[in-house]
Amino acid sequence: MGRLPESKRRNERLIALFVAAVLALNFPLLSLASVMKNFWGIPVLYLYLFFIWALIILAAGLTLRNRRETADPPEET
Amino acid sequence: MLPHWVILLVSFGYLGLLFAVAYYGDKRADAGRSIISNPYIYTFSIAVYCTGWTFYGSVGRAAATGVGFLPIYLGPTLAALLWWLLLRKIIHLSKVFNITSIADFIASRFGKSMKIGGLVTIIAVVGIMPYISLQLKAISLSFNTLFHFHGIPQESGFFLGEDTALYVALILAVFAILFGTRHIDVTERHEGMVAAIAFESLVKFLAFTAVGLFVTFSIYRGPGDLYTEAMQVPELARLMEMDALPGGYAAWFSLTFISMTAIMFLPRQFQVLVVENVNEDHVRTATWLFPLYLFAINLFVIPIAFAGVMQFAGASVDPDTMVLALPLMHGHNLLALFVFLGGLSAATGMVIVESIALSTMLSNDLLVPIMLRLKLLRTEGMGGVLLTIRRGCILGVLLLGYLYFRLIGESYALVTIGLVSFAAAAQFAPAILLGLYWKGASRSGALAGLAAGFVVWAYTLLLPSFAKSGWLPMSIVDPGPFGISALGPYHLLNLTMFDPITHSVFWSMLFNVGFLVAVSLYDRPTGLDQLQAAMFVQGSRASDTGDTRFWHGTTRVEDLKGLVARLLGVDRAERAFQSYARQHGLKFNSDTVADAMLLEFTERELAKTVGAASARVMMSSIIEGEALSIEGLMRIMDETSQVIEYSRQLEQKSRELEVATQELQRTNERLKELDVLKDDFVNTISHELRTPLTSIRALSEILHDEINMDPDDRQRFLGIMVKETERLTRLVNQVLDFSKIESGAVRGIQEDLELTEVVQEALATTIQLARDRNVVITNQLPSGSVRVTGDRDRLVQVVVNLLSNAIKYCDDQAGKVHLRLVLEPEEVRVEVRDNGPGIRPEERERIFEKFHQLSDTVKGKPHGTGLGLAICKAIVQNHGGRIWVEDNFGGGSIFIVTLPV
Repeated sequence: MGRLPESKRRNERLIALFVAAVLALNFPLLSLASVMKNFWGIPVLYLYLFFIWALIILAAGLTLRNRRETADPPEET
Repeated sequence: MLPHWVILLVSFGYLGLLFAVAYYGDKRADAGRSIISNPYIYTFSIAVYCTGWTFYGSVGRAAATGVGFLPIYLGPTLAALLWWLLLRKIIHLSKVFNITSIADFIASRFGKSMKIGGLVTIIAVVGIMPYISLQLKAISLSFNTLFHFHGIPQESGFFLGEDTALYVALILAVFAILFGTRHIDVTERHEGMVAAIAFESLVKFLAFTAVGLFVTFSIYRGPGDLYTEAMQVPELARLMEMDALPGGYAAWFSLTFISMTAIMFLPRQFQVLVVENVNEDHVRTATWLFPLYLFAINLFVIPIAFAGVMQFAGASVDPDTMVLALPLMHGHNLLALFVFLGGLSAATGMVIVESIALSTMLSNDLLVPIMLRLKLLRTEGMGGVLLTIRRGCILGVLLLGYLYFRLIGESYALVTIGLVSFAAAAQFAPAILLGLYWKGASRSGALAGLAAGFVVWAYTLLLPSFAKSGWLPMSIVDPGPFGISALGPYHLLNLTMFDPITHSVFWSMLFNVGFLVAVSLYDRPTGLDQLQAAMFVQGSRASDTGDTRFWHGTTRVEDLKGLVARLLGVDRAERAFQSYARQHGLKFNSDTVADAMLLEFTERELAKTVGAASARVMMSSIIEGEALSIEGLMRIMDETSQVIEYSRQLEQKSRELEVATQELQRTNERLKELDVLKDDFVNTISHELRTPLTSIRALSEILHDEINMDPDDRQRFLGIMVKETERLTRLVNQVLDFSKIESGAVRGIQEDLELTEVVQEALATTIQLARDRNVVITNQLPSGSVRVTGDRDRLVQVVVNLLSNAIKYCDDQAGKVHLRLVLEPEEVRVEVRDNGPGIRPEERERIFEKFHQLSDTVKGKPHGTGLGLAICKAIVQNHGGRIWVEDNFGGGSIFIVTLPV
């Protein structure tokens, strides 16, 4: 199989990121963080949610970072 | 305590500042130096998502449910991940079709349907009304908190009076009218408005973060301290787990889902994301920066909520006002004022954009098409009327919001009202998403799905809100209408495991998607529907794939220009048409008939202002002739293709004829040639026959007359006569022989024979002839045996013929003939070389034809009968071999015979 064009590869990464984010932020993974514990005085549930959230933002930023490519037309999916 | 006049002064001062920002933005846009063409401004304008509800309501919800407010911001974060794929497609299509609103977008997808545009508008207005009322509530709540905190008696006789919300609504209406309806061309972006919205997003973010920092680090010693204290309070400790969320994980999921749809399909979000978008590539930055904004603005929600609950323990303070109450309680009046401005920013931003978006939809997709249909609105001077309609709509929308606030608002917390609107916006998602990726989604399907979803939403969320506010008997909600609990709006068919929002989302989505898919599958869409569907699904970039094929009839350019002029004014219409003419290198006379491209151009110009559905109605009012149906189109295409087919067949026929003619001509030529050859042959034969006959006759006459002839002479004469008769016999035999071989009558004997023997026999036969002519014959034969199958005598005849020809034609002085037998894998080659004059290339084929003789030989006169080589060829072919002649390098020619082994 040949190499996918970068734009198509990026679309796939975004979709995968979306699926991963939906899984991480819902039952049952979310329920694992719902415990009465503290880290540095901060409840685990809050830490978990905001940490995942930050991670998603970081990953989205990195995935779309490359500015060299000009905007390509919306692809069929 | 802040004096009232300060609060009011600051409020109006802030609104004035907003005006200034917006004015500056518009000025810059007019000068062609847009300040909003920038991914950061774009992202901040999207943050209009964070309304007064975020600002005040999140804290209230956090105080009650812990992380329950978060799905509303996590949903957009998830949705943003798909923007690069989905949103860019929507933006692109909207630019191609000059989309003015979400209703316009859905209507365009489904065949520019007026009904769908109208339905979407109704859903949007009814669905968003609670949301606008929510903002009014937030603003009046914050005013009252600021005015009445600590129960300090208000300064009497103040002009704001009791009904803060009404004044707020009116002021905001003025604001929105000033920003939103400066131009009637709605696809020309509201740059000033966007600039102001982005500015407001900055203010609300700074204000909320300021109070968050104050609470966390000034009232408490950092988040650790705050949470540790909160752990001691049982009701707060409870909020640190998911169990505190009413409805549990299902509610969490459904809230995430409706927030995902809301971030894109709330009318105001569609407005800033799509309609106001300057550059598709700005989506790249917004995809991560907008979630980052949400992340940052939500960071302090829980700390503020917990601090509020702990600080106001026992006091009756509305959790929704804690953001404002906390700094007030600690005497930080200026901070409180700043927070108040932040809340004002959040609420006004939302109301302005929402009312502009809704008024555009109301006028373009509901009122104008209806008025055009009913002929209430004449197209003359429509521009001014349109502006009035739009302004009226803004006022109407805000007053409706106020009405809802008066009727319902007091009985609900902020968040619950907002979620009702979110659930309404979610109804657009199936039509848009399926419409973008499934060509089969049809107009009737979308209509059925939207209607079904809307009805279920209204029954399960809107109706109970009226009941709860006392406008309808509570018994409708519990146990249900007519006491039937299976019909209860909060538990249809006794589905009791969900909270009201999740319950409503589940049923409305089920009906929405179900009807959309089911009806689409049994629908037969019209031509225009199919065309629009295909263009939306393909996300076609080519702007020339318009639907102009669907207009036919004759319309003069002048009429089109008139139509546009009624809407945009004569000058702008003239300019638009001139630039079109320039671009396409056309020259319009007043009587020029408009072509399809120009019709399309006109429709899109109109759509910019009045939306796709209205533009279609307006076009059909002046175009003579109906819009062409797909059936008509198909018929025309059928006819055309039949004609094409006929002409293709004709062409083919004539080509065939030509070929046949050429063949005939060639055959004719050949026949003529053959005729000539035959004449020559007859001549030759006659000549050949006559020569010996003449000599025989002359000799026999001499013998007859000279009785006393010398016996030696007589003997010699008789010898010549015998020779001549032999020659005659040979000639006649050859002619007969040839005709036999030619006709295939003689297959010859098929025997296994040794080719070297055949060749040697032929050599022996011709050795005398060679000696006579002083020709040296050399040969080169393989040592082993070469077996072939065939007729021995015939093969000897071939080799003899070739050898004698070679001897005859080779060099007079130093004649040399070389015979070679080469054995190859599948065949055997017999080569005969001579060093004669050679044969010219054009003759090489033809010497094997019967009756053909080398006419131009050095010797002047033909030697043979013209049959020798023809006979050879026939024999060789009978043996499955080939014969041809090549150039002998160094003079002369090579005759080559191949025979299969």
